[in-house]
Amino acid sequence: MAFGPLTGMKVVEYCDFISGPYCTKMLADLGAEVIKIERPEGDSARRRGPYLHDEPNPETSGLFLYTNTNKKGITLNLESPRARDIFKALVKEADVLVEDTLPGELKEMGLDYEELKELNPGLIMVSITPFGQNGPYSGYKAYYLNTYHASGAGYVLPAASPNADREPIKGGGYVGEYDIGVHTSVAVAGAYYHKLNTGEGQYIDISKQEAMMALERMNIVRYYMIGKSPSRVGVNRVRDTLVQCKDDGYVICVLYPQKQWDGIVRALGNPEWAMKAPFVEQKERDAHFEELKVKLREEAQKYNTMDLFFRIQKEGSACAPICSAEQVYNSPQTKARHFFKAISHPVAGSLEYPGLPYRFSAEEMKGKDDHGAPTLGQHNEEIYCNRLGYTKQEVVKLREAGII
Amino acid sequence: MTEMFKDALKGIRIADFSWVWAGPYATSLLSYLGAEVIKIESRGRVDQTRKGSIMNGDSFNGYDSSPTFNNANLNKQSVAIDITKPEGAELARKLVAKCDIVVANMRPGKMDKLGLGYKDLIKVKPDIIMMESSGFGSTGPYKGFAGFAPIFASFGGLAYLTGYEDGTPNVMSGVQDMRAGTASAFILITALINRKKTGKGTYIDISSSECLSDLVGPQLMDYTMNGRSPFRCGNQDDIMAPHNVYRAKGEDSWVSIAVGNDEEWTALKNAMGAPEWAEDPKYDDEFGRWQNRKELDQYMTEWTKERTSRETMEILQKAGVAAIPSFSAKEILDDPHTKARDLFQTIDTPALGQQVVMRPAWKLSETPARIRKAGPLLGADNHDVFENLLGMKKEEVDRLEEAQIAW
Repeated sequence: MAFGPLTGMKVVEYCDFISGPYCTKMLADLGAEVIKIERPEGDSARRRGPYLHDEPNPETSGLFLYTNTNKKGITLNLESPRARDIFKALVKEADVLVEDTLPGELKEMGLDYEELKELNPGLIMVSITPFGQNGPYSGYKAYYLNTYHASGAGYVLPAASPNADREPIKGGGYVGEYDIGVHTSVAVAGAYYHKLNTGEGQYIDISKQEAMMALERMNIVRYYMIGKSPSRVGVNRVRDTLVQCKDDGYVICVLYPQKQWDGIVRALGNPEWAMKAPFVEQKERDAHFEELKVKLREEAQKYNTMDLFFRIQKEGSACAPICSAEQVYNSPQTKARHFFKAISHPVAGSLEYPGLPYRFSAEEMKGKDDHGAPTLGQHNEEIYCNRLGYTKQEVVKLREAGII
Repeated sequence: MTEMFKDALKGIRIADFSWVWAGPYATSLLSYLGAEVIKIESRGRVDQTRKGSIMNGDSFNGYDSSPTFNNANLNKQSVAIDITKPEGAELARKLVAKCDIVVANMRPGKMDKLGLGYKDLIKVKPDIIMMESSGFGSTGPYKGFAGFAPIFASFGGLAYLTGYEDGTPNVMSGVQDMRAGTASAFILITALINRKKTGKGTYIDISSSECLSDLVGPQLMDYTMNGRSPFRCGNQDDIMAPHNVYRAKGEDSWVSIAVGNDEEWTALKNAMGAPEWAEDPKYDDEFGRWQNRKELDQYMTEWTKERTSRETMEILQKAGVAAIPSFSAKEILDDPHTKARDLFQTIDTPALGQQVVMRPAWKLSETPARIRKAGPLLGADNHDVFENLLGMKKEEVDRLEEAQIAW
């Protein structure tokens, strides 16, 4: 377990894939004790890549390793009544339970909030589901693609499309699922702070759709400002543009407000076209955005990506190269900030992981002593014997009986 | 009425020097949980969103007529302080002395220059929690560089991964500010937890680009593990197929469908009326479906384009297949599910009449997150805050306003 500001916070996770596990990873990375309960077959993230050296192994999935650092892992099969008693015993000692079963599923097993709070009145129980606990879609099925598009976030992508001939897309990788984890972590931290002050627990209903809609809160109500739904077609985005440089790399330039534009013009050496109409005033630039893009793209072809980036930033305007994983990793900024850190794992060995986005002056805030994600059932003995008082032989029997 | 509610962050006061969206959204989230947020602005340094937005340009008349500003600053109070003047900076420090948290998102170093850096503020409030949020972080060779939302996505690695496989990278939109803001809110509450346990505050430097990098962690690990940079792939999944957004009946209308196993594939085939093409054995297993996904998508479209996205959703969900429209804003606002979940709220604003905004998206049973009031008019709370919180006399506040210190 890592040590940090959340040391002392006890969390039980019964979640799969990304959103729930990422929420508890955020807590674990700052010192919370997270006991991850996996079904005997393991978290489904274990069965997805990227795998170390492309060798599929449930213990070396980069997806699983990244999303489950600093946790303890046990296996438990809630199909069995005895396993449910074990589940209760774990939850009894916890501050927080994060679970992501479909609405009604835990109630059938007698493990819903009403039951659990009898055992542990101070419990903070968090349920993460695709559409929340009530409403007409609460029983609907959704994979990460579906929740992304359910939020309205996909309908506006790719932004600045020339027309609506092609389909809306999701954000890259599993970004939406990670967002849901971050969103949930705020509510959990708030509820835990409240608990520290008052001793009171509570129930938190998280809908994945809503967690992602929260990020689109401006775009959704823009409907009322512009009288139609924002879409991925050009007119909704005229304030930044992508240019391709001599070496084929891309740079994104921000063209608004005026101060940004002025910096770009200076960075490009005050080209003649930029000094006269229709490119001097913001309103005129908006009206001639297509021409403006062509002009900027011509200018960009004179520079290499990093050269253009530094030129524009030197003039005080915002821009950035579009970075691949390799470029993120190798950037001097990333290196100087020690963003990646090496964490060791019993099977995957020592690998470099993206670290935390925050730095602190206070020693107490820093997460320390990181360790890798748990192997499947790695902490069964520690939790079942040391915490719950089973003997080692009993743990063997529990396993033979398919309970753990 | 208000006594009915308990607030998770009751009694926490925030001095908010931040602007645009990333900082203001962080403090909004804390205000939904009950924190009191005092926004520090001035006519000499107006929050950009009071004037316009990156989406719509300078489209608002006057500083109090921006729905965007209102939406990003619900629940907050506003004091106008010109912090570039020494007397203004002094006033701001007095205010900070009464606060628990300070949030700023100017370029790193700017607050120090104004006498409002962490080293200045711990003198007036030793356990202050101060966060500075910036595009690249406040250390390293790019520390002073300018960053807006599209920059975070680009530098953080998300933009490269977003787009059609034959298309350009995509920076998305202001949503990146919200992402950085959400991570900021989490670490601020964690700092409150730490303060409660240790009595100590902290300085927090948060890099918005790193916030974005963390959301594509597995893709970054593909590089650290295998030396490979994953590429854009539209809606495609590593193994699932069908897994795409398909054209539906109606203008620019679309539905997302994802099939995760053989059982769902069979259910999908049956729901589509067991078309002959779908019986081809090459589609019988997940690998075969994935290999032939492009052809599969074409067949699927033949079926989806004949019905509305909602019809497809209903037919397929009934069959146990994950299908949801790619909702537009209007569809979300009109949707029976979002209505049942009570996700939108109409609030009265002093300058804009009624505005519809989305409620906080956590449903907490004991400390409900909520919107209590509209975003503030510029400087609307000068008298309240300076007199009631700082104990100044009305005449003194009038003088500060006249001297354009409180302006």
